[in-house]
Amino acid sequence: MSKFFTSSIGRKYAMALSALFLMFFLLQHFAINILSVFSPNAFNEASHFMGTFWAIQYVMQPILIFGVMYHFIMGFILEIKNRNARVVKYAKNNGSANSSWMSRNMIYSGLAILGFLVLHFIDFWLPEINTKYIQGDMSGLLADGEGYRYYEELTHKFVNPLRVGAYILAFVFLSLHLMHGFSSAFQSSGVSSMRKEKLQAFGKAYAIIIPLGFILIALFHHFNH
Amino acid sequence: MNLTLKIWRQKDSKTKGQMVDYKVTDISEHMSFLEMMDVLNEQLVNSGEEPVAFDHDCREGICGMCSMYINGEAHGPDRGVTTCQLHMRMFKDGDTITIEPFRAKAFPVLKDLVVDRSSFDRIQHAGGYISVNTSGNTQDANATPISKHDADEAMDAATCIGCGACVATCKNSSAMLFVGAKVSQYALLPQGQVEATDRVKNMVAQMDLEGFGNCSNTGACEIECPKGISLENIARMNRELLKATFKS
Ligand code: HEM
Ligand code: SF4
Ligand code: FES
Repeated sequence: MSKFFTSSIGRKYAMALSALFLMFFLLQHFAINILSVFSPNAFNEASHFMGTFWAIQYVMQPILIFGVMYHFIMGFILEIKNRNARVVKYAKNNGSANSSWMSRNMIYSGLAILGFLVLHFIDFWLPEINTKYIQGDMSGLLADGEGYRYYEELTHKFVNPLRVGAYILAFVFLSLHLMHGFSSAFQSSGVSSMRKEKLQAFGKAYAIIIPLGFILIALFHHFNH
Repeated sequence: MNLTLKIWRQKDSKTKGQMVDYKVTDISEHMSFLEMMDVLNEQLVNSGEEPVAFDHDCREGICGMCSMYINGEAHGPDRGVTTCQLHMRMFKDGDTITIEPFRAKAFPVLKDLVVDRSSFDRIQHAGGYISVNTSGNTQDANATPISKHDADEAMDAATCIGCGACVATCKNSSAMLFVGAKVSQYALLPQGQVEATDRVKNMVAQMDLEGFGNCSNTGACEIECPKGISLENIARMNRELLKATFKS
């Protein structure tokens, strides 16, 4: 078993597993964010639940953090190994003749996402941890105690056009990452090609709709403020 | 037609190589790419220069010996062909053609365009066979029924000629299409079941040992493969390895 996870194929399975988990997480994140457009109340309720329910905080959150870390660290390791597998590069290489740009540049779209994640952590995650676990305020209420703080905090973040621009750019890269990544994760997990055709169409839809949705949510709050 | 060739010249595996320009004239569009190389070499020999070393054997697309990375693609711009089956009509008069050896750490250059692909042989030796006694007691071919579907897929996988274009093309120099094909051709048949667990484990272990990269599912290999070996074979190898891991 230990040999499996250090083999090239075992690594691919683990990479695909972490990616599938991330894509599931993204869907759930999207479902909550979209509430902010239609109902600030529902968004507040959902955020409070996610931010305080023990199973989410102490089970899912650590799994997520591990999943993200595993994914990008293994991404870097694979990239280095793969580069080393060809010592002398080709003088002329026509990559576009046989593969998509997205599939050849997963490391760059991934790096763009990683840059975004750092910004995202500073924007939302660190303040949350600070309020809840350092200041010990688990109430989720605004400073004046009038209702929940989550919707307020969200809309504030999208005032600065530079931040909105950075978010949009990051989601374009996420879309490119998933354009290849979605079907790639299933191929790595050994899913047979008959089922894969439908999955591929679904994957393309996912890779466009979800990032586009996040972009529209950011723009909505920017212009609605 | 008249062509400019940019060819990788390297004296031996220890010496550093470089690209060298050559000119060939009056090339017929009906020639194969290797015949064009023969014309160049004749020219070089006549002028007292060292001819360009390149691999070839059958010249009919079945042995997998001919290699070459032509204008940035393994076996050149045509699809479903080896270099010996690539015709000069794929090029135009006045073209500049870049010709390099297949590049991968696991395929070291021996001389000019000749690379050492014995890493493939070692992967085959690690499990790409079935152990049956074939001397004097040949079984009736129909004694073991096999579904048409499985027989066809096994046959498709078995058409892999071990040319290494998949490795040369892959941005990661991964050998998974080749190993996937070799694992699949037995995994699909009852005769392959006896040694299935060890086969996939040993072949994958040898593949990793040889220094090939990891598959990123770009799909470039299946496009450039002269035999149209499908990515499905890699998915099957992944399933086989998972199965083998749980079995033992
Ligand atoms: C944190 C920054 C990230 C980096 C540096 C990164 C990097 C990479 C790299 C290099 C690969 C290709 C691995 C290979 O060679 O097969 C990859 C695959 C993938 N990534 Fe990411 N990624 C990141 C974030 C994400 C996120 C947030 C998601 C999804 C929401 C995601 C989804 C995927 C998927 C689905 C694959 C395909 C997996 C496979 O081929 O088995 N990635 N990533
Ligand atoms: S899979 Fe195709 S490209 Fe790779 S060695 Fe076999 S025939 Fe050649
Ligand atoms: S020389 Fe045999 S396949 Fe080209």
